[in-house]
Amino acid sequence: MKARRDPRPPRWAQRLLNWYCRPELAEDLEGDLNEMFSHNWRVLGPFRAKLIYWLDVIKFCRPYTIKRPEPSKLLPNMIMLSSYFKSATRNIARSKLFSAINIIGLSVGMSVGLLLIAMLTDLLSYDRFHEKRDRIYRVTSQLQRNGDRSSGHMATTSLLAGKEIKESLTGVEDVAVIHRGFMGDITYEEKVVPFGGLMADDSFFNIFSFRLLEGNSRTALREPFSIVLTETLARKLFGGENAMGKSVSIWGRDFSVTGIVQDPARFSHMRFDALGSLSTRTITEKDNAYETMWENIWNAYAYVLLPPNASAESLQQRLDEICQRKANAVASGYVQLSLQPMREIVIGQNLGNQIGPYMGSTVVWVFSAMTLVVILSACFNYTNLSTARSFRRLKEVGIRKTMGAVKRNLLVQFVTESVVIAFLALIFAVGIFVIIRPHFISMEYSLQEMLVMDLSPKLIGLFILFALLVGIAAGFFPALFLSRLNAVSLFKGGWTRPPFRKITGRKILVVFQFVISIMFISGTVVIYDQYKHFLSYDLGYNTENILNIRLGDNNADALRDELAKLPEVAGQSQSQLVMSIGNYFSTIMKNPADPSDSAQVYYNRVDENFLVLHDFKLIAGRNFNPKSPHDTLEREVIVSAGVLRRFNIGADDPWKAIGMTVNVDHTDLQIVGVVEDFQYGQANNSTTKEVVFRQLLPEYARYLNVKLVTNDLRSTYEKVEQIWSTFDPNHPLQAKFLDDQLEESFRGFSASVKAGGFIAILVVCIASLGLLGMVIYTAEIRLREMSIRKVFGASEARILYQLARGFIVLLGTAIAIAVPLTFLFFDRILLPEVANHAPLTWFEMVSGAGVVLTLAATMILSQTLKVARSKPAEVLRTE
Amino acid sequence: MVRLYMVLRLPITDYPLLMKGTHLGEFEELVLLTIAALVNDAYSVAICDELAKHAGRPVKLGVVHAVLHRLERKGYVKSRLGEATSVRGGKRKRYYTVTNGGKAALVRAKEVRDSLWNVIPEFSLKHP
Repeated sequence: MKARRDPRPPRWAQRLLNWYCRPELAEDLEGDLNEMFSHNWRVLGPFRAKLIYWLDVIKFCRPYTIKRPEPSKLLPNMIMLSSYFKSATRNIARSKLFSAINIIGLSVGMSVGLLLIAMLTDLLSYDRFHEKRDRIYRVTSQLQRNGDRSSGHMATTSLLAGKEIKESLTGVEDVAVIHRGFMGDITYEEKVVPFGGLMADDSFFNIFSFRLLEGNSRTALREPFSIVLTETLARKLFGGENAMGKSVSIWGRDFSVTGIVQDPARFSHMRFDALGSLSTRTITEKDNAYETMWENIWNAYAYVLLPPNASAESLQQRLDEICQRKANAVASGYVQLSLQPMREIVIGQNLGNQIGPYMGSTVVWVFSAMTLVVILSACFNYTNLSTARSFRRLKEVGIRKTMGAVKRNLLVQFVTESVVIAFLALIFAVGIFVIIRPHFISMEYSLQEMLVMDLSPKLIGLFILFALLVGIAAGFFPALFLSRLNAVSLFKGGWTRPPFRKITGRKILVVFQFVISIMFISGTVVIYDQYKHFLSYDLGYNTENILNIRLGDNNADALRDELAKLPEVAGQSQSQLVMSIGNYFSTIMKNPADPSDSAQVYYNRVDENFLVLHDFKLIAGRNFNPKSPHDTLEREVIVSAGVLRRFNIGADDPWKAIGMTVNVDHTDLQIVGVVEDFQYGQANNSTTKEVVFRQLLPEYARYLNVKLVTNDLRSTYEKVEQIWSTFDPNHPLQAKFLDDQLEESFRGFSASVKAGGFIAILVVCIASLGLLGMVIYTAEIRLREMSIRKVFGASEARILYQLARGFIVLLGTAIAIAVPLTFLFFDRILLPEVANHAPLTWFEMVSGAGVVLTLAATMILSQTLKVARSKPAEVLRTE
Repeated sequence: MVRLYMVLRLPITDYPLLMKGTHLGEFEELVLLTIAALVNDAYSVAICDELAKHAGRPVKLGVVHAVLHRLERKGYVKSRLGEATSVRGGKRKRYYTVTNGGKAALVRAKEVRDSLWNVIPEFSLKHP
């Protein structure tokens, strides 16, 4: 029987054709296709025939076959639309409670969407002002050490790489090489202004579209000791005077002002107060061999301008060749250069050593995903409530159909309704957005740097578009469902019971909402616990009451002697960097036992008081001997136990390593002590076990570590501040307590706790609103049933159970899904990525379920109790 | 209201009044000839088959359709819908006939060719 069936062309393809094709052409076109189809069916078989039919339908979509909009139908459409609008507003006004639930739920969800839209708009407007933006690429680098972990991927590259690309590569229009760390104080006559800037070569203004107000864009950065000031800095220094050609002093050197540049735009990934000429460094760093080394990829940036129509791939190939050629330049490693398009700098790969503010794509993706979940959840509320309450609209649908409305009319009508609701929600959402915007921006330092989120006309346009989309998304399924109903069956007395028997879809949505709620709450609690865990993590040394003062250009010893007069100061030491907060200095150490082996070790330069002040545990040897001021040579080194393990020297007995001579950073040093392992990097970084302490030479002293013994840290801090202000009146005191710095270094965690908590609250709000709506609705329609049950002697508890049973099952399912899912997510996926994390606890897992259960129980009870306590006589009297 | 209709309606009449250039392309000429050859039986699929037979290469239906549309706009052919048959799923065929303008264009094209052929010295093309 089957074989005899007439070949039928694919129905959906026919629909598509009739949808796009002009009616006067459609008929014979479809006929032709049908004819070809039955021919193909016989010759090529069903599958090929269908495929060809589909392809032909798609291929026939040409300008001359596509329907023109029909202006004659525009007017009736407009009139219908206004009618839809009117009935939508009436329906919204009729069921105020449910409309309110829908509007509040949607507005809460949409406010997050607005945040995301505003954030993305800001991020995408970065660097738009560069005219050659699409052709600008940044050279990024990665240093791989033989047999060792590679360094992270860096936004920086070596000066040498910039020079190589500039000189040896054809097919590159221009290269701008930039060096960071041009900062300090700029002095003109009596005025001293601190500034931060970059050093750039003369291609800078050719590649970037920073506008030079005065000076020659081609030569301004050519000569050594030239400086280009931003308008603001020039005004600060010179007031109204003409700055050009004037001489200013930086680092005790004279620079001459060769240009004034407009302040970098708000949305520029590169920010500076001044630009120095890169050629300056060829003079100031003449004796610094490291400056031009191939492996010094930490301080310079290279931006390449490709010619029009050139491909980045071919340039990448030539970069690879350069890297190959230079492979021998690094003692035991390899530098890989890559290209990054300018538009991917702000939202792109998470690179280290960024030149300015950026946001990793991970953050953007995670935030987008969360937002999507929240918005979906809000849309589900609408979908759920509308389909659940649909039978209140059955009469209306029936009458409209009888009056001649076709499916599409009803579809548009119901979608209009949801769009109107979405626009009402948008008004509230914008209100919420304006309120939470400052909190959102101040949540994290990088957000503060990067985002403005002003309500521009463009943004408002996007918001409106967004509301339209949300309205359609939320209303489409209820509309589809309602418009499909058959008018005749509706009038056959169908409306005492909802015809919508397949309520499983709705249940799935409710369960989904609660699963998400529980996961968000538990997740936030887990991250909060991890945050607390890392803050109280035992770093291996004592961090209590230590004030780290940034020295700037001041003499450490002199300040130390001043501070020592304070009674609260228990001890002081000096160091080059503050450890455990994410600062890393690394160098090369050779294996004393095997000359061919070397490894990357992390280091800090400290004086003889440092280890004592911080309670480091020496397991062998001794501390550094005090250095006389005349002794400017590094002689001794103290290593961590991790170094001994790495080189397999004295791993069993650390005393064996004492007295050994090791080569660190190309200098022979004697191991005088071994300290127990401690956290050099952040507490969630376990890869920094190999640490050496080097002797602090006076020029490396950056921090004064002051141990305070006092009950009143604030007033002591003020005393320190006072001493500082007499000591260095030009600069404010930059001092932080080590514990505060540790806390700050985990601000990413605290920001995720805040963001996660915020989103968790929203999701729970939305889910609760949805549940509330469902409970109210169920209570409403089952009021008569329950009254009758009561008349027949059902107890209050029995009725409560009857009503709540369905919801309890739903909640139970949600918990049964969410808790294991949360556990697996953190236990298997997230936490293995985090070193030294705290174990998951039971409390974390059940917290989400607990919160959701409590909220849901309150809502279910409040509504069902009302029903259970209602007097049957009153309810049934009117029947 | 009625006036508004009229105003809105007018600018949309895009064919066949607008003659967009009357040049007859090579493939257009072939299709036109095929229509003439098929006399009363010229509808798209038949044109397609016939053309494929004579040209010795497969001809795409979509291309023929586009050309027919273009020829009609240029005023070289006119079309009418035929009777519905069960073969085509109840859809009617659109039959094409060559108009006087189309005939004139064909003749003109032939003349151009002939005049060029006449200029060619005989021997240069005799060779196999």
